[in-house]
Amino acid sequence: MDLSAINPLLFVAGFLVAATPLIFAAIGELVVEKSGTLNLGVEGMMIIGAICGFATAVETGSPLLGFAAAAVGGALLSLLFAFLTQITLANQVASGLALTLFGLGLSALLGQSYVGIKPPRLNDINFGPLADIPVIGPILFTHDIILYLGIALVAATWAVLKYTRAGLILRAVGESHDAAHALGYKVVRIRTLAILFGGACAGIGGAYISLIRVPQWTEGMTAGVGWIALALVVFASWKPWRLLLGAYLFGGITQLQLNLQGAGVAIPVEYLAMSPYVITIIVLVILSRDKSAAPACLGRTFHASS
Amino acid sequence: MIRLEKRPQASRAFSLATPVLAVVATMFFGGLLFMALGKEPLLAIKTIFWEPLFGEFSFYYRPQLLIKGAPLVLIAIGLSLGFKAGIWNIGAEGQYIMGALFGAGVGLAFYPVEGWYIFPLMVLAGALGGWLWAMIPAILKVRFGTNEILVSLMLVYVAEQFLASMSLGLLKNPEGFGFPGSRNLQQYESAFNADLIEGSGMHWGVVAAMIAVIFAYVLLTKHRLGFAIRVTGEAPRAAKFSGVNPTRLVLFCLGTSGLLAGLAGMFEVSGPAGQVTIDFNVGYGFTAIIVAFLGRLHPIGILLAGLLMALTYIGGDIAQSQLGLPAAAIQVFQGMLLFFLLALDMFTNYRLRFGRTEVA
Repeated sequence: MDLSAINPLLFVAGFLVAATPLIFAAIGELVVEKSGTLNLGVEGMMIIGAICGFATAVETGSPLLGFAAAAVGGALLSLLFAFLTQITLANQVASGLALTLFGLGLSALLGQSYVGIKPPRLNDINFGPLADIPVIGPILFTHDIILYLGIALVAATWAVLKYTRAGLILRAVGESHDAAHALGYKVVRIRTLAILFGGACAGIGGAYISLIRVPQWTEGMTAGVGWIALALVVFASWKPWRLLLGAYLFGGITQLQLNLQGAGVAIPVEYLAMSPYVITIIVLVILSRDKSAAPACLGRTFHASS
Repeated sequence: MIRLEKRPQASRAFSLATPVLAVVATMFFGGLLFMALGKEPLLAIKTIFWEPLFGEFSFYYRPQLLIKGAPLVLIAIGLSLGFKAGIWNIGAEGQYIMGALFGAGVGLAFYPVEGWYIFPLMVLAGALGGWLWAMIPAILKVRFGTNEILVSLMLVYVAEQFLASMSLGLLKNPEGFGFPGSRNLQQYESAFNADLIEGSGMHWGVVAAMIAVIFAYVLLTKHRLGFAIRVTGEAPRAAKFSGVNPTRLVLFCLGTSGLLAGLAGMFEVSGPAGQVTIDFNVGYGFTAIIVAFLGRLHPIGILLAGLLMALTYIGGDIAQSQLGLPAAAIQVFQGMLLFFLLALDMFTNYRLRFGRTEVA
């Protein structure tokens, strides 16, 4: 074992990268849940985003177009969920699961001819002299635009939810759909928009895995990140800044176990690889006491007549 | 203007018709999908649904129907109990893996001793493995109120890593020339879950699935606990007043579904799969979710749905070899089925009304 092989600067820079897919997927789901809908299809939307983004980036040579396509792909898949839960009033848990199962299958089908290809690289932003600052430079100023966009998205979501009328309406729909309906807000429409936003975010998160984190396509490569994102929303008690913190925590754990694997620690690789999931469970247990933060209508079906 | 009106009572006719309609819709849109893949749609559908049952080689494929259907039915029966009560065990895949590891582990511990008692012990170990793995989300839920969906799902990934470690380590075949994977239990008579009637596909897992169907049917229609499950799902508050103990119910539903999934894994690894390998599990735990819904969470329905889903697996294999249809297409097909089912289910509880709204 050689722990000195772990470069602390690379480690920190690495976990910022590892956290980014989680940030996107979880902030999208946070908005969805704030509107009172529980979409368990995050894993499915992420993997669809991963392949849509990958395929588009390879075909066009532009990673940014890839991310755009991933957002569209994720949103399109989430539209199915919106249709099932908002129009046909299907059970949200079952519909979310359906989305994941379908997404995993469809992505495998779409991705067949993309196995073993390297995607075009998205260049890091050039911060000029900032990147040369010792310690802080390599950690903070050597990343791609999407990573910064993720952080900006968290800030924007926080601001919109807290300070704008749109955010107020969204929260009202999530807290009491009947009251919101009585006030004349279009519950179904607002929730559908939230679901689409969640789908687009999950798609970008998935594409970040296939285009930047791993840079390749393999079946089922999201490997549970979507589910961790769902746990992260609970962890954050539906608060954007806590979500960012949680994503860095999980990103850190993921990166640490990968680095320990590389350093040849005495613990078998498989046990290191299961650690992020085990830690997610432990965190869920610790935080499960406080349920007060959850939107009151979370998971409940809305029908205007009833 | 079209709008939905809630039916005073769920329509029984639609409840029965929905799965059939969903299958028809899936065939149609599946056909479109196959066409998009450049295959002859009718031929593809026929290959999947007709070939295994009545085609030239059906004598070979029909036993496969039992082999592939049994684990699906076994797992789905367990899941349906919880789903009925609003207890969502999504981690059957993990419980399946743990059942297989416990079962195979006990069998391999005896190797090369032969004895009649080995297989029954493996069955017990398999059930225990699945049960224990399901008890983790169950106990965390009743003790700390954690979400069983997320915990049971995380445990699937943990179980997969554990499986990898076992097939590379403790359970690795010492005579396997360094390849990962355990000894083949098919070559170890006392541990082999062989066909009870040669070439019929009828092994102990099929028997267990039958027993599970009957057990669930009796439980749901005749037993107090079955009543508690149904009333909890339909009216949680009423359930509390009628003296249902939610803690016991969670432990029972998750425990039973884990136990059955563990059994399914054990029968699979000691029979058709034969050995513990890194990827011997093929997602039965997830497909069983579709089976449970397609069967309307009803034991008999699940039996039929399990056979249908097994058919798509076998037909999919044939379509893969004969028509070059990608394996993932069948997965998409199965996912579509669940979509149509959920969407069409609307008509069970609601009625479409045309024309203007009378009362706002």
